Amino acid sequence: MSDVAAELVGPVPPAEVPELELYHPRSWITKYVFCQDAKVIAIQYSATAMSIGLVALVLSWLMRLQLAFPGSLALIDNASYYQFITMHGMIMVIYLLTALFLGGFGNYLIPLMVGARDMVFPYVNMVSYWVYLLAVLVLVAGFFAPGGPTGAGWTLYPPQAILTGTPGRDWGIILMLASLILFIIGFTMGGLNYVVTVLQGRTRGMTLMRMPLTVWGIFTATVMALLAFPALFVACVMMLLDRVLGTSFFMPSVVELGQQLTYSGGSPILFQHLFWFFGHPEVYIVALPAFGIVSDLISTHARKNIFGYRMMVWAIVAIGGLSFLVWAHHMYISGMNPYFGFFFATTTLIIAVPTAIKVYNWVLTLWRADIRLTVPMLFALGFIVTFVNGGLSGLFLGNVVVDVPLSATMFVVAHFHMVMGVAPILVVFGGIYHWYPKVTGRMLNETLGKLHFWVTFLGAYAIFFPMHYIGLLGVPRRYYELGQTAFVPPSAATLNVFITVAALIVGAAQLVFLFNVIWSLFRGKEAGGNPWRATTLEWQTPQTPPGHGNWGRELPVVYRWAYAYSVPGMTQDFLPQNQPPAAAKAA
Amino acid sequence: MVIGLILALVAIGSVLFHVLSPWWLTPIASNWNYIDATIAITFWITGVVFAAVVLFMAYCVFRFRHRPGQQAAYEPENKRLEWWLAIVTGVGVATLLTPGLFVWSQFVTVPPNASEVEVVGQQWLWSFRLPGTSGHLGTSEARFVSPENPLGLNPSDSRNRDNIIIVGDDLHLPVGKPVKVLLRSVDVIHDFYVPEFRAKMDLMPGLETRFWFTPTRTGTFEVLCAGFCGVGHPQMRGNVVVDTEDDYRVWLQKQQTFAQLSALKQ
Repeated sequence: MSDVAAELVGPVPPAEVPELELYHPRSWITKYVFCQDAKVIAIQYSATAMSIGLVALVLSWLMRLQLAFPGSLALIDNASYYQFITMHGMIMVIYLLTALFLGGFGNYLIPLMVGARDMVFPYVNMVSYWVYLLAVLVLVAGFFAPGGPTGAGWTLYPPQAILTGTPGRDWGIILMLASLILFIIGFTMGGLNYVVTVLQGRTRGMTLMRMPLTVWGIFTATVMALLAFPALFVACVMMLLDRVLGTSFFMPSVVELGQQLTYSGGSPILFQHLFWFFGHPEVYIVALPAFGIVSDLISTHARKNIFGYRMMVWAIVAIGGLSFLVWAHHMYISGMNPYFGFFFATTTLIIAVPTAIKVYNWVLTLWRADIRLTVPMLFALGFIVTFVNGGLSGLFLGNVVVDVPLSATMFVVAHFHMVMGVAPILVVFGGIYHWYPKVTGRMLNETLGKLHFWVTFLGAYAIFFPMHYIGLLGVPRRYYELGQTAFVPPSAATLNVFITVAALIVGAAQLVFLFNVIWSLFRGKEAGGNPWRATTLEWQTPQTPPGHGNWGRELPVVYRWAYAYSVPGMTQDFLPQNQPPAAAKAA
Repeated sequence: MVIGLILALVAIGSVLFHVLSPWWLTPIASNWNYIDATIAITFWITGVVFAAVVLFMAYCVFRFRHRPGQQAAYEPENKRLEWWLAIVTGVGVATLLTPGLFVWSQFVTVPPNASEVEVVGQQWLWSFRLPGTSGHLGTSEARFVSPENPLGLNPSDSRNRDNIIIVGDDLHLPVGKPVKVLLRSVDVIHDFYVPEFRAKMDLMPGLETRFWFTPTRTGTFEVLCAGFCGVGHPQMRGNVVVDTEDDYRVWLQKQQTFAQLSALKQ
């Protein structure tokens, strides 16, 4: 790569940037609450997302208790079970993962990594967070509404979602749809910021092909989200109209518990197309930031350049593009024209190629590396195992004819949890262990971190790997209880108990993490500016944690790509992106 | 060193779990052996890839873990290797997709001699309809549903008169004869799912969906709903009884037609 030959880069005049027209907080409220600094907004996003994520965690415990010991907890009847699965799914996918990767990591890392002072539209960025918080509150309000939150399943398929056979039909579904609409409005404001900042806010020398893969991942995911979320937005508005005003966008003439309803002529399958046109890209909206972040974690902690950087960038872009052509693989047995199956199976399996390339490049980065088995590195390794596992089970479900017996079984539940639950969350943790020192100035405790990693990784694997086999057996998903079913042997119930015990342990291990985050804030080891000896710009800030405006009087100037680790002939095993070539030679 | 070992054990343990697992597909009772064969091919290819990637990673972690004085190699790209890997992956994916699409083309091609059976879903009950002696299913719509006419058959369509109606009871099918299943729902989305038949399909309100299969052995098979349909979803059960031709005839004689049922209820 030409970027490597540092001396070939011509001299770049130093940037004497005059005081920009930055927003300056004048009071405690504008500094910490209604703040326009992307770093504070990032922490607000992350804290909100993780708080609501804890709710989802508790819901998953309740579901697992019901599946292992049916009927033993009076608290969980069939209506509340469906409310739990719905809220768990929606929270994890939208309000935790999407918000955390884009609103959390995106806000913190994009300006720092591209050498900007802040997002380009700080005020809109602030509003984005507050609208997101409102969306979360409206979502939570469902728990307190008469009839409780909706129990329509996270896919909210009509007609069922708005008919009385489904819990939360009165208020829950309305609040859910309103919350999603708010979320999308808030996200759009944040998302435009991330995209424009990456395109317009990069410092001098930071060409697109010198950007760290973290930025590439978040950037591509944001572009995708801006294109995909509108489909969900209109679907929510249309369903809300069906529910409240009695329109028939998604409602054919149907009978509700023996009564004829006035709906007629609508199409429930149209909702599925809109939902999955959003829903499949959504998988990659969560996955691409994880791909990017994990690439940087592996490279930094293996002290080796990421293998095949250009291929990695193109793979991200290719996956982003292809992911808009695969949505109907969620609908193979929906009754859509069966000939679509040929097209969508083909596109779905093609997407496996760029995805596999990414996996190869991660493991090849480890080849002849100098691997530091730090906590972020462990999480990155855990990600590769679970992502490969979940990605490969996707080859079953994407291949239309194999999907027919397996769809709507626990195999699907196991697959998507492994690939878009466990794998990205391991990256979230890896990312937090990695960047916490920059955010707080202190290291997270390593012993607690390793404990957290091993219990979470092995425990989550023990939950979801065996679950595939319950699905192979034919056990359907979304069953409050299986009851007496001839084709299911009693041993499957034992396996369910095992899975539940693993889930309880993994959940409890997250308390170790929470304790670590809070304890280290006060007692953690002082980190210094660049504890991992990393090359990217966020580690080269004049202050740690970075001050308002990120940089001093001068913006950094970038001379090379983000992966100059262990460059031959250098005494230091890393060259920061902003280190001038002359200084690099001397070093 | 320990970490490399644990990663290797995860790979080996997963393969062992797969081999030793007592949990596997239920014994098949339809013609879709090819689906099972495609699943088996997919397990082989993905299993090899999974074990190879994780074991390679485990080896790297063991072999290239940090030791004093060690320096990583510097190799930004290797075009040859990257293209080779991409091509090998492409071949692997094609090996999975080709049999898959081949079987799918069979799945979507209903044999011309298949007999028709209609499955009707409502919260939370399976009902069935068979053509009568004239061999036709008459028209139907959700708006015709009433206590006297639970399946919503069009009362003014004379072809409905001899249709055989089965509400809340088992469906019988003759063994060895291809069946074209037409599916219809009068309220929400359901999914007609018999694990032993492998094939399943949604019942989409407002549409008529279809699939076909041939039952290959006699017996009673449980029907589950695989499309979430509200609080009663897990309780929506029924049975398909696959009979010999003679037993099927006997059963069919005892069933009532739409005309008979309508007369009874008036």
